Amino acid sequence: MDVKEYIASGILELYVAGALSPEENLEVQHYALQHPEIQKEIEAIEETVLQLTRTASPKLPKDNFNEILAQLDDVIPFKPEASKKRTPWGSYLGWAAAVLLAVGLFGLYLENNKLKTEIEITNQERENLEEILSTTQERVIDKEALLQQLRDQNVTVVALGGQAVSPDSYAKAYWNREESKVIIDAQGLPEPPPGYTYQVWSLKLSPLTPTSIGLLEDFATADSKLFSLPNPNESEAFGITLEPEGGSETPTLEQLYTLGAVGA
Amino acid sequence: MHLDNLIQRFQNKDKAAFETLHNMYAENICGVINVILKDPERSQELCQDVFVKIWNKSDQYDTSKGRFFTWILNIARNTAIDELRSKSHKNQKKNLPVDSLVGIYENSEDLNGKIDTIGLQSLLKGLKDKCILLIDLLYFKGFTQKEAAKELKTPIGTIKTRIRSCISEIRKNLPQ
Repeated sequence: MDVKEYIASGILELYVAGALSPEENLEVQHYALQHPEIQKEIEAIEETVLQLTRTASPKLPKDNFNEILAQLDDVIPFKPEASKKRTPWGSYLGWAAAVLLAVGLFGLYLENNKLKTEIEITNQERENLEEILSTTQERVIDKEALLQQLRDQNVTVVALGGQAVSPDSYAKAYWNREESKVIIDAQGLPEPPPGYTYQVWSLKLSPLTPTSIGLLEDFATADSKLFSLPNPNESEAFGITLEPEGGSETPTLEQLYTLGAVGA
Repeated sequence: MHLDNLIQRFQNKDKAAFETLHNMYAENICGVINVILKDPERSQELCQDVFVKIWNKSDQYDTSKGRFFTWILNIARNTAIDELRSKSHKNQKKNLPVDSLVGIYENSEDLNGKIDTIGLQSLLKGLKDKCILLIDLLYFKGFTQKEAAKELKTPIGTIKTRIRSCISEIRKNLPQ
């Protein structure tokens, strides 16, 4: 090939300008390697363009390259800790709020427990009072019922006077013939000694025939000392003797505490 | 140091080689951008952007793209033209002002003495306007031979011989 003609064609100026295709570029390089004059001419054209373009530069700062380095990805690694540096006020506020809430809830819990305890105590007191009221009401009802029984027009009141063993003793028998029932008021009898119990007898006077109508059991613990006993007999008198626990077939007359005749 | 060796080291992410290449071409890249934008401060910023791009794209350079300077010249032109288009919303190369180099040559005072006006004027001394226009299209706008022919309504062969003659004129003006 004619090197001078090739150079004069202007293809090297286009090559430096970047106006050629990749294939043309490789072709130019191929010739440049073979012909040093072509390589030299390319460098001369490039130098001309460098001179020209340099004159249009507004002159770069002295540390231009350092500024470029600072923008390179591997020089400025991505710093996720940059966001960590921010004071996490939101987080602090969140924790503070959580602590306040916890303290508040604990306070409410304590207050609630205190109130629950007070309510429990109040409830207990109320239950106690209700029980007392209930017991009292029951007693009143019992007493009223008893009073009603004693006041019944069919009731015959028999006063039992103290006998030789215990002259100060006394008792009363409220005998309802219609209901075949007798209520013994044993308030005037002394507490029986251990192992003994009072036994109540219905008596026929001629001939003297005693019939047991019952025992005054649990005498010591019976508050009212009132005892209700069945009495289907045609009684003429009532007597109360002290007998061994469990009672006797026949009265122990030496231990007759009180005695009273019906209609006396 | 031989240029091929320098480029090889640069492509292996050698920052010292990159700095040498920067020192060789940074003012030229900035000059090209400034001719297109006529905005010295923005040109300086974009010049740095171009070198960051060059570093990131270093593996994309091969000899089929021509001279190393030609490769970075192309990146610089595209960056500046993109900037110009984003500002003017003009989408075609032909809509870009075609007289940028001519304008700088004739009205270089407008750049507030920031460029080497005397140097530029001495280099372009004696060149015809159609020469300056062709240099502008081929070196500063990145037109291909075919595009330049179409733009100037001139046969392709004429473009080739004319650019040869125009560059030769400048070479005569180079300080010896």
